[in-house]
Order: sequence, then structure tokens, then C-alpha cells
Amino acid sequence: MKLRAPLAVVLGRGSAGEGVAHWWSQRVTALALVPLTAWFLVSLCGVPLNDHASVSIWIGSGWNPLWLALLLLAMCAHSRLGVQVVIEDYVHAGAAKLTLLLVNSAAHAVLLAAGAYSLLRIALRNGA
Amino acid sequence: MHDRPLSPHLGIYRFMYTMTLSILHRISGVWMALGLVALVAWLCSAAAGESEYARTAAVLGSAFGKILLLSWLAAFCFHFANGLRHLAWDAGFGLEKRSARSSARVVVLAALLAFGIAAYLLFWPHASPP
Repeated sequence: MKLRAPLAVVLGRGSAGEGVAHWWSQRVTALALVPLTAWFLVSLCGVPLNDHASVSIWIGSGWNPLWLALLLLAMCAHSRLGVQVVIEDYVHAGAAKLTLLLVNSAAHAVLLAAGAYSLLRIALRNGA
Repeated sequence: MHDRPLSPHLGIYRFMYTMTLSILHRISGVWMALGLVALVAWLCSAAAGESEYARTAAVLGSAFGKILLLSWLAAFCFHFANGLRHLAWDAGFGLEKRSARSSARVVVLAALLAFGIAAYLLFWPHASPP
């Protein structure tokens, strides 16, 4: 017996009316973060982190700004989705829940914008 | 609306160590969301200039900063290893009770090993990668 209306099947929506986009985005960003975070930690090992000049050169050299931008994008997306689920699971009051969800989205958008802008500044200063 | 039954009733389940990994995955994830703020602050200060960067490096290089960085590194190692376990589950592998329990042990061992190596390479004075 088929319990779902044809339209619901076509749209791929679940009982919450939301579909599986959130679930998929969380997995896709997780997969992207496997090589990106591993690359970040391994290449960070050789950089003297208290020296501004060396750090700037490392951030801006070669394809590093691109990998760092992708890392930042995947991190912000994955983090936003994850914190969103935690809020939805533990905060049930309507106003507080909505406020926290908005703050979560806004904070991650600001982090992404600030990080991307910083990467651009460093890369352009290095003459990329 | 308010007196509808809630599920699951966590209190009635017998404790199993896989539960610890489950909640640690959430805790480490939320903790790393705060680490993301520090990562972006680090990038911003590097873009701002030498004196701003020196201030950030001093904060992150202090004892308190090092404890924070090590805690984020530990959270990352665990979340990474357990995340791979979750991805395997999502692909349909390892869902049997026995394999879910043994993969939990593998995750803890792998996370500890990765944390030890990464902490040594990143934080030990004068350590340099091969």
C-alpha cells in the first residue's frame, strides 16, 4: 500500500515537509572536510606559527588560499548544519528556538565572510 | 502540545559505551564550532598586520591558549574518526551490534593515536615534521 501522495514522492519531502537536503549537505560537507582538514593540519606542521611573515607567506603561497577558502566554506556549512540540529533537538520554545537558529546562521555567515576577506587580503598582498 | 510523550527516555537504557561516543560526537562538534571562531580570528589578525598578529599569537601561545588549541585538536581527532564511522553507517556498513561496538573501540584508539602524533608535531618545542 502506498501511503504517500504522488506529489510528495516527486518532491522527495519527508513528514516534516523538509526533505533530505539538510541530511545530504551534512554528509557532503563531511566528505569534503576529510581531505581538507587533513591537508590543513599536515601542512601547518612545518609553519612557525608565531612569526607573522612566515604565516602570511604560507597562507598566500601557491594554491593555499584556494584550499583554505574551500576548507573555510566546508567548515562553516558543516558547522552551521550541525549546530542547527543541536538547537532543534534541545530548544523547544518557539521564540528562543527561532532566535538561536537565526543567530547560528548569521554567525556562520559572518565567519565565512570575514575568513574569505582575510584570505583575499593576504593573497593579494603577497602578490598572487 | 506540552504533555505529549517524549522519546527516547535516555534514563531507562542500560549504559553502553557506544552512548558515550554518540554524545561526544555532538559535544566535540559544538566545541569545534567555537574553535572555528578562533580560526577565523587568527586569519583576520594575520590579514590585519604584524602587531595585530603578534597579539593573537601571544593569546594562543599562552598556557590558556595552548589548552584551548589542544582541546580543539582532541575534539577534531575524535570527531574525524567517529565521523568516518558515521559515514560508513550511512553507506550501510557496520550497523550490526557487534561491529558497531568494535568500531567504537577502533575510533577511540585511532583518535588517541592521531591526537598524540598531531600534538607532538604541532606543540612540542622544535619538533619538525619528517
